[in-house]
Amino acid sequence: MAQSLKGILIILAFLAGGELISWTINHFVPGNVIGMVLLFVALQTGIVKGNSVGKVADLLTSNMAIMFLPAGVGLMVAYKIVTANLVAIVFGSVISTLLVLAFVGKMQDRWGKKQ
Amino acid sequence: MRDILTSEPFILSLTIACYYVGTLVNNWAKKPYTNPLLISLILIIPILLILDIDYEAYSKGSHIISFMLGPAVVALGYTLHKQIDYIRDNVRSILISVAVGSIVGVVSVLLICSLFGSPKEIMVSMEPKSVTTPIAIGLSERSGGIPSLTAIVVVICGILGSVVGPWFLDTIKVKSQVARGLAMGAAAHGIGTSRAIQMGQVEGAVAGMAIGLMGVLTAVVIPIIESFVFE
Repeated sequence: MAQSLKGILIILAFLAGGELISWTINHFVPGNVIGMVLLFVALQTGIVKGNSVGKVADLLTSNMAIMFLPAGVGLMVAYKIVTANLVAIVFGSVISTLLVLAFVGKMQDRWGKKQ
Repeated sequence: MRDILTSEPFILSLTIACYYVGTLVNNWAKKPYTNPLLISLILIIPILLILDIDYEAYSKGSHIISFMLGPAVVALGYTLHKQIDYIRDNVRSILISVAVGSIVGVVSVLLICSLFGSPKEIMVSMEPKSVTTPIAIGLSERSGGIPSLTAIVVVICGILGSVVGPWFLDTIKVKSQVARGLAMGAAAHGIGTSRAIQMGQVEGAVAGMAIGLMGVLTAVVIPIIESFVFE
């Protein structure tokens, strides 16, 4: 219990710190992303020990999809503008996804070290 | 009666129940298109319409679930930390590949949308389409997009990448395990990663790491590109 509490505290504190930095840079990068980078750096440098956040972090990341549900339900009010632009949305999604796959895959395949 | 239907216990139970059914269906069918989020949306929207609960009331009642997105994104820093060892030798090429992938993803979406004459609202909602949903929703909100559209587009791109990804990478002859995993994670985030895990252990770990990396880089790439495009 105490261990989970510590994990929750660490994650919330990094989120709060990230929000603070985000505010000072005029929300150029969202606070949660900054919090994520800071937590990563703190874990890599050993300032935060992996086992102090591991349990809470795994719980949060393994059940993440449910957190998108409220946002997704917003389709109830946004469906008109979405259906009006459906062709662009479909073409944009398909072509852009294939381009990202191709660029990332090809570049890493060419310049990455071989295993 | 109205008060009970829009109360937090009712809305939270309904949300979790619909999502739970979604995961049960997905565990049983095990197909990328039986995505729990899509199934639960197909369940919950008609229920809300029948019970006459409007989006505002639903959004208020389910606020605690949306709030969890912030801590969940921070927790991705731990995932990145756990998987970084797989890529120690490849850090430079991986950073460059994912950065280029991120730019290509944002620019191509903007080009295609402007070709079809879409309004700015749609364009900025689509920009983070290859980024994991919790980060993508924040990026879309910041740019003045429609977070619900972003959530759906991200899931659809994830499903698409995970279904055609392995075949497409074969076709364009991407061979190394690191490159294949990286492409799956960068283009199709968590959904692509679950497919990459089936491709192999290295692919799975690298894809998981690519999710966070793509999120961070795209968070920086979008405001820079927007400052050129929309001013």
